[in-house]
Amino acid sequence: MADFVLYLRLFQYGFRRHSTYLAAALAGAFTNTVFGVLRAYVLIALWEARPGLAGYTIAEAVTFCFLTQGFIGPMQVFGRGLSFGDRIRSGDIAFDLVRPAPLLLWSLAEDLGRAAYLTLARSLPPSIAGAVMFTMVAPVSPWFALSFVLGIVVSFGWRYLVTLAACWTTDDRGMHTLSSLLTFFFSGMVLPLGLFPGWLRTVAEASPFAAMVQVPADMWLGADPPFSSLAFQLFWAVALLGLGALLTVAARRKVVVQGG
Amino acid sequence: MGDYLLLAWTWVRASAQYRTSFAVSIISSFAINALDVIAIGIVFTHVTTLGGFSLREVMFLYGTGGVSFALADMLFGNIERLSQHIRAGTFDTMLIRPVSPFVQMAADGFGAHRIGRLAQAAIVLGLALPVVPWSRAWMVPVMIVCGVVIFTAVFTLGAALQFVLVDAPELANAFTYGGVTLTQYPLSVYGGQLVRGVTYIVPLAFVNWQPALYVLGRPDPFGLPGWLRFAAPLAALLLAGVAALAWRAGIRRYRSTGS
Repeated sequence: MADFVLYLRLFQYGFRRHSTYLAAALAGAFTNTVFGVLRAYVLIALWEARPGLAGYTIAEAVTFCFLTQGFIGPMQVFGRGLSFGDRIRSGDIAFDLVRPAPLLLWSLAEDLGRAAYLTLARSLPPSIAGAVMFTMVAPVSPWFALSFVLGIVVSFGWRYLVTLAACWTTDDRGMHTLSSLLTFFFSGMVLPLGLFPGWLRTVAEASPFAAMVQVPADMWLGADPPFSSLAFQLFWAVALLGLGALLTVAARRKVVVQGG
Repeated sequence: MGDYLLLAWTWVRASAQYRTSFAVSIISSFAINALDVIAIGIVFTHVTTLGGFSLREVMFLYGTGGVSFALADMLFGNIERLSQHIRAGTFDTMLIRPVSPFVQMAADGFGAHRIGRLAQAAIVLGLALPVVPWSRAWMVPVMIVCGVVIFTAVFTLGAALQFVLVDAPELANAFTYGGVTLTQYPLSVYGGQLVRGVTYIVPLAFVNWQPALYVLGRPDPFGLPGWLRFAAPLAALLLAGVAALAWRAGIRRYRSTGS
């Protein structure tokens, strides 16, 4: 019970910390919307030439576009690491590793708070703007909400690993770039994964990145059998969090606290 | 000019001290921008023309817009970090130094790794050059220079906006990075209103679209007047003038945060 209260607090702190920067979030939402409009026109031109491509109608392709623009904030599609990355560089991570609450759950609670705020500030505006300017389809499956949350958890699991990797590599910038490259391309942010050719599509659709963006968007469109998609997301969430827990144990051994 | 070169060179030497990191940055800058070309490639596995333009022609548009943007970004793009400097108080120190704050901002943290982006766009442009007829090739360097001026002006306008909106620097991204994304595809895929907007209000259509209509010998799909395709230098100068005024106005009304 005490644990639950602690994580609820952390969730609230994550939410509040990000809500301080409302202007920044709204500017981000505006930029995401502008990019959404540009992407939507390209997709419309493509779908007008090839109706029914990847199993989407034009309205579904436009919906996909604005939904995924809205995922950029909560799912951190640019692959930015977690805030404790700086603490690894400064060495403060040593304190975090010996706290009575595990670092993994601690940062998960905080990150969910952040995502909850960004859902309001950065997901709703592009979706509403898209619905006003273009034709979008309403959600088909009630499981979208669950799939959306699982997408955030998978994204957290991935970013946790990327951030913690800095305990072993001296320069974490390359790692972060690689992460944003993979996330952006294989999640469906660049183009719906259904457009990818042959093996590239197979790889992308099996990757954890698909579980962050493509799968929740498809859930909204009602394109997939919901339970196998949710199981796919759950698999990646458990796998990445499990790996994160193992890596945290390894980090505890690796980090040396200098006396003095 | 001399000041700019000196400052930029200092930063290049600083970043070259960490060789691996420097190499990784160049490669990542190359790879991240290559994703857009891969996306164009994937789109063209499903269609032969997009908005009436072939793959080579789209690559020509991508390459010219990309090279212009990469040059503007490398030379002056750091100006977009103005709000960070304002908040940290480091902009104040720039104001009291005997070099123009614009030059200092542009050269500060000069990112030589952005050469990766330039190389990537230049390769795409090189591959697309066979669509350019010899008699019209003179327009290619003209449009690249105009594009650099236009994007630099957009960066400067975005920075000037940050004097007012210190907390929302990302707003400028919609016009800078949004601008280069817009120019990657033929404007014929976008709606007529949007195209009129980027022709007459924020003249991004002159970065590559209007001159490219001349180079590729195409009629304007929106029926805009034919002389516009030669108007890129005029549009670039006008926008640069507006940007310079906005920047000066921003500096004049600037009040230090006191930190």
